[in-house]
Amino acid sequence: MSSRVFAIADQAIVDPITIVPELCTGCNLCLHVCPVDLFLPNDDKGGPPLVLYPGECWYEGSCVDVCPEPGAIRLNRPPAMRVNWKPRAALGPSGE
Amino acid sequence: MAGETPLGPIPWPYPVEYDKTQYQDADVLVIGGGASGCFAAMGAASHGARVIMWEKAATMTSGAMGSGCDHWEMAATNPCSRVTPEELADAMVRMHHGYNNGISHYIESREGYDRLLDLERFGAKIRDVDDEFKGADFRDDATKFMFAYDYVNRFTLRVWGTTFKRAMYRGAKILKAQVVDRTMGAGLLTDGGKIGGRVVGAVAINGRTGKFTVCRAKSVVFCMSRPTRLWLFAPGATGISEFRPPQCTGDGHAMAWRVGGQFTMLEKSLRGEWSGLRSFPPYSTGNNHNTWYACTMVDADGRRIPWLDRDGRELTSVADRYRPAPGQKFYMKGGGEPDFPFYEFQGPETMAVEEAVKRGFKLPFYADLTDMPPMERKVIWGMMVGNEGKTRTPVYGAYNAAGFDPSRDVLQSYGDGWRSGQFLPQERQFFGIPGGMVNDWRLMTNLEGLFAAGDVLFASDCVGHAAATGHYAGRHAATYAAARGEVAIDDAQVASERARLYEPLQRTHGVSWQALAEAITRVMQNYCGAVKSDDLLHEGLRGIEELRANEAVRLVARNPHDLLRAQETLNVLSNAELVIHSCLARKASSTPLQFQRLDYQAMDPPEWHKFVTVERDAAGVRVGSLPIDYYGDFATNYESHNADYIRERAVR
Repeated sequence: MSSRVFAIADQAIVDPITIVPELCTGCNLCLHVCPVDLFLPNDDKGGPPLVLYPGECWYEGSCVDVCPEPGAIRLNRPPAMRVNWKPRAALGPSGE
Repeated sequence: MAGETPLGPIPWPYPVEYDKTQYQDADVLVIGGGASGCFAAMGAASHGARVIMWEKAATMTSGAMGSGCDHWEMAATNPCSRVTPEELADAMVRMHHGYNNGISHYIESREGYDRLLDLERFGAKIRDVDDEFKGADFRDDATKFMFAYDYVNRFTLRVWGTTFKRAMYRGAKILKAQVVDRTMGAGLLTDGGKIGGRVVGAVAINGRTGKFTVCRAKSVVFCMSRPTRLWLFAPGATGISEFRPPQCTGDGHAMAWRVGGQFTMLEKSLRGEWSGLRSFPPYSTGNNHNTWYACTMVDADGRRIPWLDRDGRELTSVADRYRPAPGQKFYMKGGGEPDFPFYEFQGPETMAVEEAVKRGFKLPFYADLTDMPPMERKVIWGMMVGNEGKTRTPVYGAYNAAGFDPSRDVLQSYGDGWRSGQFLPQERQFFGIPGGMVNDWRLMTNLEGLFAAGDVLFASDCVGHAAATGHYAGRHAATYAAARGEVAIDDAQVASERARLYEPLQRTHGVSWQALAEAITRVMQNYCGAVKSDDLLHEGLRGIEELRANEAVRLVARNPHDLLRAQETLNVLSNAELVIHSCLARKASSTPLQFQRLDYQAMDPPEWHKFVTVERDAAGVRVGSLPIDYYGDFATNYESHNADYIRERAVR
């Protein structure tokens, strides 16, 4: 067995989670519900959790849904997944 | 440290318990805590069994539907339904030319509605109790139920599925099942440790502490995912490699395969539809299927793409999209069966993209909610998009925050019309109704004492199926356990499982699970892609064997989290082997199975209209078959196996 157990953040090409330290209370609810367990608790008690495995994010947003502090945690879509919408009126006359 | 990704190694923050073994004892051990697992735990516990449920992730949110669902399909016994469970199960079997699980889909049709009522009892929202949609065509004002697709026949309910997983978790706890999170079922234990032996328990590892758990159980219910990541893997964004969540790797298939479980239909795979950064998240782009049914689509000039009935007649009103065609009793999904439309049950659909382009409609197309009647607009954007899995925060919340207004804006569709990505033929996926374990009318597998539900079963599909088969398997597992005497686990098997599972912890340098995962998809794409032959498939088996001999032995795990991912990847490797054997076993091509052989090109020869089965035994791999209708008459068999449930239901 490894004599020393440690973690190295994964080599993700995405940045799914932004935590605003000023708003985060360190309650760790996001860490408890994350299905892929991508957070680790902060060694500073009350500090925001660490995003250790960002590449494993499924982008379902459990962490945002459970967070009691509005705006403390944000889910960022990968840039390649930005979609386009526009006003219906911009397409031209409505109907056939 | 702020909430960010640390740059260097950090000490593992949880206690490390590699050297600890926890022993548990259960009547019924449920492995997997998604929809099927929670209901299996409830079903078994309500029959008096001592139940333990292991969940690899967090039961509150985990499983394929953990973040929500918007439909509850095939609820034939709801009071508004105009079709019977027999009619629905028969339709599902015939639509797939017999290649379907008549037992599990009959259970879904017959008991799915009961499970919805259970959910309501545990706090989920299944009715429009706030009268938000009062007067809508799709609402029954007496029960306040809301329906999707076929508004005449009313067997698919619209539901507030973001409330469901919590309700399931609560239900399992109220019924006193012991729920154990972050614990991955990793190996089955059998009588005497033998392949094909009766199942007597299982072993697990904890993804935070690395603790090893051994559970002795009189019966085990498998409630894990279908296999994933066989052909598709997204390095750098591994979490979105597949449609299902990344922790859904098909561990049950691999565990059962190792000890002689019997499988069928795993030769069936589809060209990929969702993966990685190549496709958009499901339901997040303009379309008119499923969650978005039956949204108006318009072209780049704002012209409506015609909606057609099954005979190609243009539908003139939005209401017609929700009604069967003249002379049709009911339709199944509408716009949602793109692979093999089956005339008898085929619903309305917009004109095919190629045809529309030929007629001068201009790409790109857009979903136009502004054209929908206000109740339809509100139910699609706000209830369906908002409650379907992965839509509440990442789609509904994010788009609203960015200013999307469904009464003003149109949302673009991508790829091939309203699909959201394009894949190569060899980039395949288990979608629709893929293969899995063979079951009898108790949902017991060929391994005595092992029951299966949800995605472990062959030809599984959605959450109603998972919930209904979960509860059913749990009840029968409890009945079986009550009749069984004490069971004994084999110490040698436990020791060998422990050594196997902890092996990746032995080294600090080597191959990462991601590298192995990617290599597996390379073998599968090269040798088990769109077109198969014995030569290619044998080459594929050699490729898998080489990975096992040369790379799997170099897998490295630095901590319990990595160890879980490594074990999942080794399970994917086992599943690749299982799938290749399944493909080798069917010496015929088949359209409904989307199975094309270079060396057996005739499509669907009648002598191959059967379930081909594979299982491991001491000598190797055994191939067998079952008649396509092996499960017999639905109602007769169901009633003879469920007299007690029918009695209890009548009392309720």
